Amino acid sequence: MSVYLLRRLIQAALVMLAMSVIVFVGVYAIGDPVEILISPDADQAERARAIAALGLDKPLWEQYLAFLSNAVRGDLGRSFVFNEPALKLIGQRAPATLELAFGATFLAILVGLPLGLYAGLRPNGAGAKAIMAGSILGFSLPTFWVGLMLIMVFAVQLGWLPSTGRGETAEFLGMRWSFLTRDGLAHMVMPALNLALFKISLVIRLTRAGVRETMLMDYVKFARAKGLSPQRVIGVHVFKNILIPVVTVVGLELGSTIAFSVVTESVFAWPGMGKLIIDSINVLDRPVIVAYLMSIVLMFIVINLVVDLLYSVLDPRVRLESK
Amino acid sequence: MSATTAGGAPAVKAPRVETPFRRFVSEFFESKIATGALVVFTVIVLVAVFAPLISPQNPYDLAQLDIMDGRLEPGSRNAADTMTYWLGTDDQGRDMLSGIMYGLRISLIVGAGSAIAAALIGASLGMLAAYAGGRTDTIIMRLVDLQLSFPTILSALMILAFLGKGIMNVVFALIVVEWAYYARTVRGTALVERRREYIEAAQCLALPTRRIIFRHLLPNCMPPLIVVGTIQIARAIALEATLSFLGLGVPITEPSLGLLIANGYEYMLSGKYWISFYPGIALLVTIVSINLVGDHLRDVLNPRLKK
Amino acid sequence: MQPNIPASAAPPTLQVRNLRTHFFTRAGVVPAVNDVSFNVGRGKVLGLVGESGSGKTVTGFSIMRLVDEPGRIVGGEILFGGRDLAKASEEEMRQLRGNRVAMIFQDPMMTLNPVLRIDTQMIETMQAHRKISREDARQRARDTLGMVGIPSPDERLKSYPHQFSGGMRQRVAIAIALLHEPELIVADEPTTALDVTIQGQILAEVQKLAATTGTSIIWITHDLSVVAGLADDIAVMYAGEIAEYGAVDDVLDHPLHPYTHGLLGSVPSRNKRGQPLLQIPGMTPSLLNLPAGCPFRTRCPRAAEVCVQSPPMAEILPAHEARCFRPHLENAGVAA
Repeated sequence: MSVYLLRRLIQAALVMLAMSVIVFVGVYAIGDPVEILISPDADQAERARAIAALGLDKPLWEQYLAFLSNAVRGDLGRSFVFNEPALKLIGQRAPATLELAFGATFLAILVGLPLGLYAGLRPNGAGAKAIMAGSILGFSLPTFWVGLMLIMVFAVQLGWLPSTGRGETAEFLGMRWSFLTRDGLAHMVMPALNLALFKISLVIRLTRAGVRETMLMDYVKFARAKGLSPQRVIGVHVFKNILIPVVTVVGLELGSTIAFSVVTESVFAWPGMGKLIIDSINVLDRPVIVAYLMSIVLMFIVINLVVDLLYSVLDPRVRLESK
Repeated sequence: MSATTAGGAPAVKAPRVETPFRRFVSEFFESKIATGALVVFTVIVLVAVFAPLISPQNPYDLAQLDIMDGRLEPGSRNAADTMTYWLGTDDQGRDMLSGIMYGLRISLIVGAGSAIAAALIGASLGMLAAYAGGRTDTIIMRLVDLQLSFPTILSALMILAFLGKGIMNVVFALIVVEWAYYARTVRGTALVERRREYIEAAQCLALPTRRIIFRHLLPNCMPPLIVVGTIQIARAIALEATLSFLGLGVPITEPSLGLLIANGYEYMLSGKYWISFYPGIALLVTIVSINLVGDHLRDVLNPRLKK
Repeated sequence: MQPNIPASAAPPTLQVRNLRTHFFTRAGVVPAVNDVSFNVGRGKVLGLVGESGSGKTVTGFSIMRLVDEPGRIVGGEILFGGRDLAKASEEEMRQLRGNRVAMIFQDPMMTLNPVLRIDTQMIETMQAHRKISREDARQRARDTLGMVGIPSPDERLKSYPHQFSGGMRQRVAIAIALLHEPELIVADEPTTALDVTIQGQILAEVQKLAATTGTSIIWITHDLSVVAGLADDIAVMYAGEIAEYGAVDDVLDHPLHPYTHGLLGSVPSRNKRGQPLLQIPGMTPSLLNLPAGCPFRTRCPRAAEVCVQSPPMAEILPAHEARCFRPHLENAGVAA
């Protein structure tokens, strides 16, 4: 097990390294580094001094090593706009994005699993057909447009929910969270639902397919032949088997949920990392862009690792092999 | 299968030979939903192509716009009382119906264009990976894996962050995001086909590699390629709309559907829903119809699902 | 007409009378089980023999009332323990299943749930039927595993199915079936997927159990040689009907129905070395469009005019029934 973990960690470090090369090349070789790293207001003399100070006159590989050693020390440059370390900015915005992404994932499971289960158990019923049609819609609806429509209906027309922002926050673990206050939760409902829409459809489809496949298995019939109650057959024998693919996919999707929160955050003016990156791209605040990309890649790697470990906990067959 | 030439004597009525294509067509039209979706999509394409001829006004000709007509409700008459804005107007006094027709043009061109370019690049690389094997295969497939492990929006953001905003950069980003799907599909199919006897026979005949690839391998890779391509066009259109909505895509002078929706954003809070609502419906209908066609194509073309 | 072949004093454990189970598919109604009747006496083994698609498995599932949609029991009686299972409520059936009637499935690799431990799968069976503490249930599970010949059952209880071989898994499945000492076990080809040596061990095990506990067994199989050594009675199924039914020696030594006759003739044997094997020409007909009258008549060498009528099940010899107008009476030494 520990050998397996070590191998995975080395792999993760390699991917991180590869991404740092890509981001470095993207920022320093494709884009104009002077434009990127030096404030556009600087005069000629300042520029020359800054170029020398930043080592932009050195060969590219030396620059990369400098970039890398700074990155390892957690220094990814300062934001032009906020004049603060880029990584610190990301850290400040991360809780907003994380709570949104986790809220959406939670909603996706909470809504998707029961609907998928229902659709899988009664595949020919009218309810199941409506659920499946809804899930096709969930895949096709453009997220940002649904967000706008949610605001229009629930904030503008009905006035039930606040339209934008995070609302009141409370401190926990040294960070500010919305989900800890009533007002914050009310602000979170629509963005989380909006972000969850695609995942709900995904969970419904996975669950339904899993249920239909599992119900045909001999072990389900055998469980019934043992005289188990329908609740136990479905709740334990079927459910535990479909949980494996659902958890895997939802877990792996967490990374993509964090990435796609860019759209939802823009619609609902939710002050998370996604809103920050869009603003930064618009004003060419590239140190922040670099910091965002590197931290999101890191998140991806961590999520993949955790899902793999979780998977081996859930599925006894995998557990044996990895030992 | 009926033997048409057997016996020599011409039949009274020539029996229809069931070619694979005819079978495919007849199977496709068995589904009412897919047929309906195809009709809808065809209408959308026709509207986009003939927008300059059929739209009530040219939304880019500033001379035709009257700022006095700004933000009118659907069904309003214009100030000069010469036309009706069936879907209302935006803040510039632009007829939304015309704007949507022109917006469809841009969305479809960007979506289809990038999907076709990505298909060409991806299919070539996938074929190369399958045919060359070895290290070439490993490198290409590692790239594919890397690409597919990132959500589309993140890859697109990364590229736009490096290259800056703009329509060509969006198209480039869409191609980068999509090529890997085609490469994986073609490589998978080509690897299966390669091991078939007829390819071995062709190789034994010492046919040139190019001929084997284009005459033998590629035609067999077409069905999955078509399915992936259909779905990817829908995804490209959706992603372009999203990027344009975020302000990273097409320029404001030639708005695609995504930008039209973004333009209506600030007016929605004051209840002027139509500026965002109708372009969104147009986008939704386009994507849903493509997805339904694609879904059914997969069912028809997938040999595993055949009884 | 009532079968009454196993002439024992005690009433039979199970009486199936005129059972009909049909599948209502889009292509039409499939009469998978059509007018099937048989008895299983206490402690007796009935061999239910037939090719795939003959309806033998559906018969087994019908007794368990585990026929899935679009299948339905449309007629007949399944008399067990003084009631008709064909009409019992779903909850009554649940209480019987795994308790008084148990079933063993064909493929041991598929019958145990891969993500649940063996002890979970055994204990839940007991807790579904009676109030029993986990510790007592575990004790009973351990004893039963030992009884079916699983070494060091204590450790094995904590294992997952994939840690067992196919033969061991089938023993576990049999142990689960035996937990409540059922009166009847429906065994659906439980040894078909196993190696021949394992098959022999399991057969011996089951035979011993039937003799010691008085459990009745319906042994469903396509393999005549398996039932020859195991069963007391044989029912041969063809196209959803029972073609021939009688004591094992009667049926195997002098088959009456041309189908049974052909079936026995097509089994290679040492005594017939060098002689051409008999073959039954043609294929099993689709249940969707059976020939009118006797379903076997299109493949039957003895078919005649009369066979376009449906032959009734008839006791042609004492305690030996067949559904045929022109049975092989010469096999029994009787002039036709």
